[in-house]
Amino acid sequence: MRTFYDEISQIAGNVVTVKAQGIGYDELAVITTDQGSSLAQVIRLEDDQVSLQIFGGTEGVSTGDKIRFLGHSFQVPFSDALLGRVFDGSGRPRDGRPEVKAQTVETGSPAVNPIKRRVPDKMIHTRIPMIDIFNTLVGSQKLPIFSVAGEPYNDVLARVGMQADAEVIILGGMGLRHDDYLTFRHRFDEAGVLGRTIMFIHTAADPVVECLLIPDLALAVGEQYALQGKNVLVLLSDMTAFSDALKEIAITMEQVPSNRGYPGDLYTQLARRYEKAVDFDGAGSMTVLACVTMPGDDVTHPVPDNTGYITEGQLYLRNGRIEPFGSLSRLKQLVNGDTRDDHRAIMNACIQLYAQCDESREKREMGFELSEWDDRLLQYGDLFEDEIMNLNLNIELFDALDKCWEILAGCFQPEEIGIRDAIIQKHWPGKSPKKEKEKSPEPVQV
Amino acid sequence: MKRRIKAVFGNMVVAQTDERVVKNAIGYCVRNDGIKLLCEIIRVRGDSVDLQIFEETRGLRVGDHVEFQEQMLSAVLGPGLLGQIYDGLQNPLPELAEQVGFFLQPGNYIHALDTERTWDWSPKVQAGAVVQAGDTLGSVPESIFEHHVMAPFGLEGQYTVQTVAEKGSYPVTKEIATLTDASGNSIAVTMEQSWPVKRPLCVAKRRLLPTKPMVTSVRIIDSMFPIVRGGTYCIPGPFGAGKTVLQQITSRHAQVDIVIITACGERAGEVVDTIREFPKLQDPRTGKSLMERTIIICNTSAMPVAARDASVYTGVTLAEYYRQMGLNVLLLADSTSRWAQAMREISGRLEEIPGEEAFPAYLESRIANFYERAAAIELRDGTVASVTIGGTVSPAGGNFDEPVTQATLKVVGAFHGLSRSRSDARRYPAIDPLDSWSKYVGIIDPQKVEKISQMLRRGDEIRQMMTVVGEEGTPIEDFTIMLKAEFFDSAYLQQNAFDEVDAATSIDRQRFVFDKILEVVEADFIFKDKDEARRTLKKISSMFINWNYAPWDTSVVPESEREDPPLDKSKVKEDSQTERGDFKEMLGQIDQYIQSLLDKANNSEKETEDELEQLAV
Ligand SMILES: Nc1ncnc2c1ncn2[C@@H]1O[C@H](COP(=O)(O)OP(=O)(O)O)[C@@H](O)[C@H]1O
Ligand SMILES: [Mg+2]
Repeated sequence: MRTFYDEISQIAGNVVTVKAQGIGYDELAVITTDQGSSLAQVIRLEDDQVSLQIFGGTEGVSTGDKIRFLGHSFQVPFSDALLGRVFDGSGRPRDGRPEVKAQTVETGSPAVNPIKRRVPDKMIHTRIPMIDIFNTLVGSQKLPIFSVAGEPYNDVLARVGMQADAEVIILGGMGLRHDDYLTFRHRFDEAGVLGRTIMFIHTAADPVVECLLIPDLALAVGEQYALQGKNVLVLLSDMTAFSDALKEIAITMEQVPSNRGYPGDLYTQLARRYEKAVDFDGAGSMTVLACVTMPGDDVTHPVPDNTGYITEGQLYLRNGRIEPFGSLSRLKQLVNGDTRDDHRAIMNACIQLYAQCDESREKREMGFELSEWDDRLLQYGDLFEDEIMNLNLNIELFDALDKCWEILAGCFQPEEIGIRDAIIQKHWPGKSPKKEKEKSPEPVQV
Repeated sequence: MKRRIKAVFGNMVVAQTDERVVKNAIGYCVRNDGIKLLCEIIRVRGDSVDLQIFEETRGLRVGDHVEFQEQMLSAVLGPGLLGQIYDGLQNPLPELAEQVGFFLQPGNYIHALDTERTWDWSPKVQAGAVVQAGDTLGSVPESIFEHHVMAPFGLEGQYTVQTVAEKGSYPVTKEIATLTDASGNSIAVTMEQSWPVKRPLCVAKRRLLPTKPMVTSVRIIDSMFPIVRGGTYCIPGPFGAGKTVLQQITSRHAQVDIVIITACGERAGEVVDTIREFPKLQDPRTGKSLMERTIIICNTSAMPVAARDASVYTGVTLAEYYRQMGLNVLLLADSTSRWAQAMREISGRLEEIPGEEAFPAYLESRIANFYERAAAIELRDGTVASVTIGGTVSPAGGNFDEPVTQATLKVVGAFHGLSRSRSDARRYPAIDPLDSWSKYVGIIDPQKVEKISQMLRRGDEIRQMMTVVGEEGTPIEDFTIMLKAEFFDSAYLQQNAFDEVDAATSIDRQRFVFDKILEVVEADFIFKDKDEARRTLKKISSMFINWNYAPWDTSVVPESEREDPPLDKSKVKEDSQTERGDFKEMLGQIDQYIQSLLDKANNSEKETEDELEQLAV
């Protein structure tokens, strides 16, 4: 077999086409140019024309450059020597330390047989009431934070991540600003977990194609640890940058776009990554938290839209708060039946009332007369925002539930909140402000 | 060179051949490590053959060998399908897990039926009998059913039974009969046969107009937007609105013989839920595990895309097969949009001219053909059987004005549209009561349903009006209608899928509660002001919601009017029941409260009359 090929017939976008034979689909290659060398991956075979996606970009690639095929698809070394290290999208160290020499594993493994999955059942306590009560996070869940530029989404990601009690933490950064990378690093350091963290970082300054490989690297390594029985947490930020890289390649390949320029297989591409989140039957687990910035704050944009159809819920971060509407943990019912008997009732009642409060606020804005009921809803809404939605809170689930009862009892009568009697009997605070007033004359009569 | 790969692009391969090929026949691409990847011929142009590969194409090379078969992609049919968990190509997943481990490695195929297991065969025909395609030759017990072993569906004309196996215990591969045609050609029949999944399987005297309600135990569906056996319906909705949960509870409580769940391109976790839960859950009507009436076909989002397309067809073919035995089958597909996207991906690779949102031009006809496979039929022996199809649709951006939703709406008999605002407000199931429709008649008298629908529409108008004129500008009569609509919504339409009692409401209970609600809706309450009206209706709502959590008491309905199948009493847990209250007792309280309101209204009416009289004097 020839060692290299240099009959390049086309260079367009990030894709180079070369004449070669006996090459496997998806195979990896190295292209050497004046500027250095870059990894490349086969994305199309047609007779003797092989199209490759160049990870380092095609700027400066000449028709006479040499391409060497490696005979295997993309791989990543796997060993404990990865812990505490930082790599780029091609898997090269970016922390100035030597390369990791270890056995390699292929990225993009096939789907897990559903029979080999467990039903997740471990609640992750984040001490954020908007998550713990209303959108409970569960081990092995895949959950994105939907947000927009300027919101503290990376902070929330790191904060939740630190609470997750994972044995290995893997950060996949895509299109990250260097500052963000340093912030993550700082947070890991602060929490004392840097020694069990692995980072794969692509910054906004790096070649676009390398961005595409980040999730695969992070998830392949995570999967190996999970197979070893570890509980792994993978943080991915920002998956919109990943999707945009996909779009760029698809357009170069002249694929017919389906929606706002994104390729028709965006759903499949995202699903193949997110679905790596797993609780193995007979091994460990992998939880995936991701950030998805919504271009134009539009949740119907193809990236958040496709993501929402794939992930097990989503958290909306807006104005520094996790929004009660739209935020959802699809796995919550697997765990919230066993926390406390009022958990589900509170979860539903508080949100239903908050939705009604929204209507009363609209009324107020329109300048309509407010009924006594509206007034109480408004009072409730303010209390709920200050005391429950506030992201500065750092409290246990039960305390947070008690606080909800207090707020409800302060604003409503038991039959007004739509919770069934048995639960009310048990949890309605004994001395709510209203009842207190009614009862206060009693001692005098005695 | 003959039959070799010319090009590879995603899951599409172009092969070159100088041999005869059959469009839609299957074949294998042979990787140079010997692994064979299943594929389907989807286009033939000259000596070029376009193949869609049902596996990841990683490692395939130009020049690799290709094998073709004459047979189209087919489902294996026979006893032993019930309780199985298959991938889209009908490979049993538990066996794959046993043989291959954690991951679905490409190129592993396992026969769909266990060929070692034996079945108790009883012949139903004798030598000399004349039979046609689909006629029962004998039967074996499978789960709670008598599984008919039928003459091959592909037979044309009449055949004479030459030999029949005696009563006994045989594996599916056993030759149980030989049949000869008029010209003396004979064929051997086993308990197992196959059928191409893309061709409808229907051997019947005639198709019937479907009219018998398919009860799901979901109130808003059965009472307001019913489905019938042999009908079709769709559930479009944005992500998180509750499509999957709705299908899950339907798959548990639907009153049909067999449920086939096709998890098509959605989350693996959701199937795992079902796989793990169903064997533990009891079918209250049979006392057996739910799994025994269920088949799961699972081609989730991370599994190869082309097999997604196959999965819905495999599902419907199995459904049709059991229909041939006289059973009522429900096929649930979640989500048909992923199937449509699979078509889009392959069409894009074929460089076909794209239609709207890059979907292929034949999208509509494919969807129509799929739903057309649902039907109530009269078999040749007079038995009525049915396949009902319910599919979810996942429209991009939650906007129903997109090709898949629109194409589906044209062909289905009922539309359960989920709304984002309802799910945001936790009004589950989030089926929009104003947008949704059904062309079928359900378990509630249509006139009563119409009354309620009108009230819901009127209530909505008043609510909208109120955003313009405010509460102060709304007459109390209108305000009360709005409150009554709201009461119906929270006390009847909303239903807690995760509560063991509220999750499923039987026919008798739905009828009983619906009537009670009508009483409230039609009652002429008189309120002194809007606050009193609101308080009162909130209180009534709260009483009804509590009532929904109380276990049903069959004795409130006279025996002659009952339609529910008798329940297996032994499994009802007593302890959790007491806390929930007694159905009859709560009914008494509701009646009493409503009566007190009506008395008050009568009195105040009288008072005003008295006053008027006095004034007159
Ligand atoms: N009927 C219901 N009762 C209670 N909660 C529900 C109901 N339907 C949906 N939900 C909640 O909404 C979440 C999303 O529902 P799901 O059916 O998975 O949505 P979809 O399939 O439309 O994306 C569920 O995990 C559950 O928390
Ligand atoms: Mg779903």
